Amino acid sequence: MALIEVENLKIYFMTRRGPAKAVDDIGFSIEKNKTLGLIGESGCGKTTTAMSLMKFIKPPGRIVGGSIRFMGNDIVPMTDEQIRQLRGKEISIVRQEAQNALNPVLTIGKQITEMILEHESVTKKTALARAKKQLNLVGISDQRITNFPHEFSGGMKQRAMAAIATACNPKFLILDEPTTGLDVVVQRQILEMLRNLKKELNLTAVFISHDLSVVAETCDRVAVMYGGKIMEESDTVSLYQNPLHPYSKALIGAYPSLKGERRQLKSIPGGPPSLIDPPPGCRFTPRCELAQSICSQEEPVLKTIDGRRIACHMVK
Amino acid sequence: MGLKRFILRKVVAAALTIAVIICANFFIFRMAPGDPVRMMFRDPRVSAESLELMKQKFGLDKPLSGQFVAYVKNLARGDLGLSFSQRKPVLEVLASRIPNTLLLVVTALTIAIVLGVALGAVAGWLSGTKLDTFILTASVTMYSIPTFALGIILLLVFAYLIPIFPLGGISTPASGYEGFELVTDIGWHMFLPAFSIVIWYVGEYVILTRSSMIDAMGQEYITTAWAKGLKKYKILKNHALRNALLPVITISGVNLAFAAAGVIEAETVFAWPGVGRLTYDAVSQRDYPLLQGVFMLFAFAIVLANLAIDLIYGYIDPRIKVGE
Amino acid sequence: MAQYLRKTNKAKEFFQLLFGHPMGFVGVAIITLFLTMALFAPLLGTVDPSASGDVTNLLIPPSSQFWFGTDDLARDIWSQTIYGSRISLTIGFVAALITVFSGTFVGLIAGYYGKILDEVLMRIVDFFMMLPELPLMIVLAAVLGPSMWNIILVVSLVSWPSTARVVRSQVLSLKERPFVESSRCIGASNFQLMFSEILPNVVPLMFAQAVLMITEAIYAEAVLSFLGLGDPTSISWGMMLHSVFESGVIAESYWWVVPPIVSIVTLIVSFSLLGTAVSDILEPGYKEKKGF
Repeated sequence: MALIEVENLKIYFMTRRGPAKAVDDIGFSIEKNKTLGLIGESGCGKTTTAMSLMKFIKPPGRIVGGSIRFMGNDIVPMTDEQIRQLRGKEISIVRQEAQNALNPVLTIGKQITEMILEHESVTKKTALARAKKQLNLVGISDQRITNFPHEFSGGMKQRAMAAIATACNPKFLILDEPTTGLDVVVQRQILEMLRNLKKELNLTAVFISHDLSVVAETCDRVAVMYGGKIMEESDTVSLYQNPLHPYSKALIGAYPSLKGERRQLKSIPGGPPSLIDPPPGCRFTPRCELAQSICSQEEPVLKTIDGRRIACHMVK
Repeated sequence: MGLKRFILRKVVAAALTIAVIICANFFIFRMAPGDPVRMMFRDPRVSAESLELMKQKFGLDKPLSGQFVAYVKNLARGDLGLSFSQRKPVLEVLASRIPNTLLLVVTALTIAIVLGVALGAVAGWLSGTKLDTFILTASVTMYSIPTFALGIILLLVFAYLIPIFPLGGISTPASGYEGFELVTDIGWHMFLPAFSIVIWYVGEYVILTRSSMIDAMGQEYITTAWAKGLKKYKILKNHALRNALLPVITISGVNLAFAAAGVIEAETVFAWPGVGRLTYDAVSQRDYPLLQGVFMLFAFAIVLANLAIDLIYGYIDPRIKVGE
Repeated sequence: MAQYLRKTNKAKEFFQLLFGHPMGFVGVAIITLFLTMALFAPLLGTVDPSASGDVTNLLIPPSSQFWFGTDDLARDIWSQTIYGSRISLTIGFVAALITVFSGTFVGLIAGYYGKILDEVLMRIVDFFMMLPELPLMIVLAAVLGPSMWNIILVVSLVSWPSTARVVRSQVLSLKERPFVESSRCIGASNFQLMFSEILPNVVPLMFAQAVLMITEAIYAEAVLSFLGLGDPTSISWGMMLHSVFESGVIAESYWWVVPPIVSIVTLIVSFSLLGTAVSDILEPGYKEKKGF
């Protein structure tokens, strides 16, 4: 049984002009100790999907259908109290570097220990010792346990967030653009740290990013999302070496390569589809090179080819 | 390091402000129309010789600069002039009234702030609900009603119409109350004036705390707190409220200026023998030395209170205490 | 033409939002009532409010001749109440006008030019803001003497700094916005930038401040008059309260106390409600929340 199993998930945002179908019937599963990457343009639904794995959907957003199974239990019908007990303890999140993601008036130590003490019945002393260990784990000196967030640099704050997130040894970690907004040197450090954490804590994770290179490094499988749907899902190597879906092809093609010969950068013409009134049939049709009449009439179903899933009429 | 520099900056600013107040006070009162001598010593019974002596003492026979020097010298010695309506040195009059005002103000403000912050935090947390709207509307109304108007209404209804409370003053005259009886008597006299002051202050603090709370709740670290699976109450207390209180503390300093207004109004209406009522008496008697003294007292008290609040804040906010 | 239409549409939209807001609606309704009272005072008031009457008519409770009774100088209280609205509203509007314009001007140039000018102006503003308002107004009014213009002057003097501060912060944030940069790039002068680009965006804030200042001014006049610093030639509501308080017959003449108190409280509270409504509406995102 996979750790995470998502089926027919639909998340809509209720606006005055109608529901915006941010996530429209998607499904995937993540095996234990594996990392799934979710990539796509802004607004494709990847962050919403990631947040939903912790049931972090706030109104006007709502999960209108489908199931999200964590270790076999569907979290969608869970009460607030039930999900609260899972958060932090079993499922945790490291978000994008935000200046204000840490409480400015509490020490880092307090911000870690308060979570440990909430979910586990240990003494304050034990919690403190574990908090120090967490800091070390992410590469921060445990002397800094009494520091306040404003005494940390951007990269350190991000690492502190990871220390907090993993303090209760969660089984599943949601990484929502954890390296976006950081310079490359710091990015490297964060990725190192994440790799380390994964190994030490046997983490299963989902990694959301629009940065393909980072995803390539850290993920075992990758799902490509567009307009609230999954276009392609496969293991990382196959996807990057041989993308099947026209959108995946275009995405990976749009990325400049450091080595190899110089070539014209290909961008994808057009813009992302309206989520309130999506185009009929395949969502990518208006921007697709291979589009035929069937594409705008019938929505393609995800079919499995060689352990890869792809939703396209044009690929056999 | 950051803290030391912060303290120094605030103390220097306060000292400068006090200096400017002293100068301003001098110049404002020189603007009064009429003979400054007669102005200061209105009592027609004062003899010509005494008048001459006073003139010299206050440097009124010298040019303006000389007067200013005399003024500052006297100030340094604690000589604020003579209150002719009270027939006592101004300083003495002030000193006798300050305790009464302090009693009233400290009681009223403490109650108001505790109540206001608590209600404001609740309103902010439940923002958008009916309870919040109710608290907000009530607070806006309470905050808009002029203290003296409220005082008069309370006086009419609860002291005249339904005589529950006394008509004014600090205690029942010639009652000979002692000890515990005296305390209750004073408390009974203090109720209405304190209530008038409390109403305004509670309204202000509810509005302030509520909006600060709403701001705090919109911050990223609240999302982080939810993601950690903390209990709702913990998030409210340790994350939202702790941060929301910081701006509330800062603005408390500014609010003290309004406390001065409330004190003047409430004491006047209820004849509470404090510095506020003294202001009214000084105005009606055109006792300028006394008025000057009272003004300086208010101004100094507020500057010092602001300084104290700034220093407390510097200690509480880790961004200042530990320095950036 | 299009600009003119846009402006009138914005104004219409603003008023729609205002009337939709419960506090705004109540506030505007009551203020309109008082404005009518002030405008039609000669028609509504029966006699000259300051004319002392027949000595036999001292302190009469409400009767058919004197709808609100008379005071201790046999003056008609109904007329005093009606005419009192003129004083409160006039002082309110004029003082607010002066305060908002001077405060905005200072805030505009301080925020725009920055550096030394800003430092100096803000130090002055900070100093003023540290002084307790009412004691300062009392002292100034006592020294300058009781007259309507002195009161307006005193109120404006004490209130302009807070407007200056508020306007300055908005100017500071507007200064950095792209539309200012782009206008500068095409060669707009400082003067043009300040008055044609930044100022129009400050207008909503000015309006909010104006409402706030009117509230403050009406309150200030009422308090100062109550304490005896009002203009004895024009009987404002505050003066009425001063007279009744001084006369010592406050317990026995409810008809003398109630009209001015009710008027003061109602007028001030309604301006306050209006002010809260306006600042709510000007909060970004309000329109969307209300479904526009």
